[in-house]
Amino acid sequence: MELSGGGGGDGRRTRATAHELARYEELFAARTRGMKSSAMREMMALTERPDVISLAGGLPDTSTFAPELYARLMAEVAADSTARALQYGPTEGMATTVASVVEVMAAEGTRVDPAEVIITTGGQQVIDLVCKTLIDPGDVIVAEAPTYPGAVPTFTSYQAAVEQIEIDAEGMPIDALEATLDRLAAEGRRPKFIYTIPNFQNPGGVTMSLGRRRRLIEVARERELLILEDNPYGLLRYEGEPLPTLYSLDAQAVGRGAASDLVIYLGTFSKILSPGLRLGWAVAPRPVLEKLNLAKQGADLCSSSVTQMFVAAYFREPGEAGGAAWREYVDQLKDLYRLRRDAMLEALQEHFGEQATWTRPQGGLFIWATLDGRIDTTDLLALARKSEGVAFVPGRAAYVDGRSGSSSMRLNFAGMPEREIREGVRRIGKAIRAQLALLGSLTGASGAGGSSAAAPADPPPPAADEQPLADVVALPRREGSRTRSRRRDR
Amino acid sequence: MTLTRRVAVLKGGRSLERAVSLRSGAHVQEALERLGHEVVAIDAGPRLLEELIAADPDVAFIALHGRDGEDGTVQALLEAIDLPYTGSGPGSCMRATDKVLAKHLMREAAIPTARFHALRESAIKDLGAAAAMPRVQDDLGFPVVVKPASGGSALGVKFARASEELPGALVGAFSYDRTVLIERYIRGRDLAVSVLEREGAEAGPGRAAAEALPVVEAVPREEDFYDYESRYEIGMTTFVCPAELPEETSARAQALALEVYELLGCRGFARVDLMLEHDTGELWVLEANVVPGMTETSLLPQAADAAGIGFDDLVAQILAAATAR
Repeated sequence: MELSGGGGGDGRRTRATAHELARYEELFAARTRGMKSSAMREMMALTERPDVISLAGGLPDTSTFAPELYARLMAEVAADSTARALQYGPTEGMATTVASVVEVMAAEGTRVDPAEVIITTGGQQVIDLVCKTLIDPGDVIVAEAPTYPGAVPTFTSYQAAVEQIEIDAEGMPIDALEATLDRLAAEGRRPKFIYTIPNFQNPGGVTMSLGRRRRLIEVARERELLILEDNPYGLLRYEGEPLPTLYSLDAQAVGRGAASDLVIYLGTFSKILSPGLRLGWAVAPRPVLEKLNLAKQGADLCSSSVTQMFVAAYFREPGEAGGAAWREYVDQLKDLYRLRRDAMLEALQEHFGEQATWTRPQGGLFIWATLDGRIDTTDLLALARKSEGVAFVPGRAAYVDGRSGSSSMRLNFAGMPEREIREGVRRIGKAIRAQLALLGSLTGASGAGGSSAAAPADPPPPAADEQPLADVVALPRREGSRTRSRRRDR
Repeated sequence: MTLTRRVAVLKGGRSLERAVSLRSGAHVQEALERLGHEVVAIDAGPRLLEELIAADPDVAFIALHGRDGEDGTVQALLEAIDLPYTGSGPGSCMRATDKVLAKHLMREAAIPTARFHALRESAIKDLGAAAAMPRVQDDLGFPVVVKPASGGSALGVKFARASEELPGALVGAFSYDRTVLIERYIRGRDLAVSVLEREGAEAGPGRAAAEALPVVEAVPREEDFYDYESRYEIGMTTFVCPAELPEETSARAQALALEVYELLGCRGFARVDLMLEHDTGELWVLEANVVPGMTETSLLPQAADAAGIGFDDLVAQILAAATAR
């Protein structure tokens, strides 16, 4: 077969596209096979419309940042240092921005050496650089189940074998982690790192308890495993006592005031300031840091100087009450998001009621709700989008296999005003009731059409490993409502 | 062939297959430009008609998949404004897009199609249809495949291995359509036969002969009997064209595709999907697509390529068939 196609009748050269494609196929790296689009992701793209209330995004509310302050700080950056702002910067980031990072981490009770910080293009780049630095095809990453949906395509593009560990109300159960590590060891495999979001987990909304944090560090130290601690929301705590970062616990374990030597810490300005800045950071043991730096040179040389200088200027800004302006802004966000979380919890009680269970996060942006095991939230999203004009993230997005978590959903409460949160939850509740009523009719259960519709016909007993998550649910729940029948083996 | 035309490429839209449609449209657009046509691309939205009328094209190339673009809606509008367009007319679009109707027509015409039952949501709510489910199950046996009656996306396509899985599968499929199809699962090989009307061979007054292109086989990357949905996921499947089949099987698949094409009254081009059953060696028609994908990985361009028809030539043929009416 010819490769470049025959000429058309009129002498114009036509291209043999399928052949060309076959040629490209040979050129594509093997890792692109893992980069697959999915029908679910394509449907998610359709929800980005003005008439759809979206509880799907990971958005903070940037409309709360004072426009005058933004204008003044940018003017300052321009007036004082136009040339520097428009120039390349060091790969590891500008010293003044690193100083801001040290300040944010100190606010979470974590001391870091500025020489161990690298500024990145959003927290997402840390995940990418860590994989680029550590993962060969087939290498194991241990992650939580569910895990951050945005990490899933990164892990798969590096052809990692991801082991997900089902979390409960206290985060990742360390017994389950050890069992997985033992099993892997028996297979002669050792994870390259453990990926965890200890605070107000995305998407689960749960926080890893202090006891588990300590044990996780013990396990990591015993087995000499790296941990990637992803902590975008730590400062956005609406209630309860802050818990120490894994980084600081590991540093304590090392002792003598030294830095952590097993934890790679991921932070970001996205949730406490702005995702549009695209600024995050990593704190890592020196040898890892050096590789991350080299990897970043190859990726983008350095992060934006303009936004780094904006952050540095912002961190110098005094607040109205005498402290730093950024601390006051975080406090303001906390007050706002706390009310929105409460609004969503109330709306869930009113509109989901006994038909679902959900987590009650002490901070962060997300609530994770789980429905009757026979409802697939990807399908529910199709219905809710079309008939109700509302969107959320289907649970499957948080699982590497794309199949598990099919009866759960992630709801963002931070990006929307309370009125829209309530309305959005009401709309989803309506779609759920429609599906449960239909299920009730099909299984012969009574109450079809009403809000009390459809007890499962023969609910299997709740699985033991799911029980603890239910404990954080604020509401009484109907027996069996959390059961997942026919959950696929992963 | 060298006649320059003003072509409106209709793409995008609001269906679940929007993303594929945008890729098909972009691809078609490039080909049309290479062929020397003047191209206006229109994303099918609330201002579709307004934009079409303003653009004042000679012909519309429909690269829309799923709702609106494949179900006859857009075709009917184009008839209303008297604008020639590619592919099938509204009637055959409706017959092909409604899988239930298409299967009834095939059954009546003695074209082999997998045994099935259809269920309307309203029948469950208003007529107590749930009581018929045990009979349906007995008739089809397990496993069954449950599909929304319309739509070509993987979404909503479910596999039920036992009766307790059926209600959830039905509710999932009802999320996309008021009618769902419950079909006997045929274990076998996935085949697709594209049909193309080509200039030259006249089949009747003003009509080119429809020709079946080489058979394409879709081979799942990892055979997972229970993971039916992944068969529809992009990247989970590799394609073999021409499919490695005994000659008479290929010929039979192509003959069936042409029969379905005629039965549904398709025009210009279409793709017919079939299963070759493992146990019996029988061929079964699943469905027909009146606006098959035109992306670089789509089956029709691959089949055309195997028949020696490059992509630009394929686009030219489809366009020629549209304006020949």
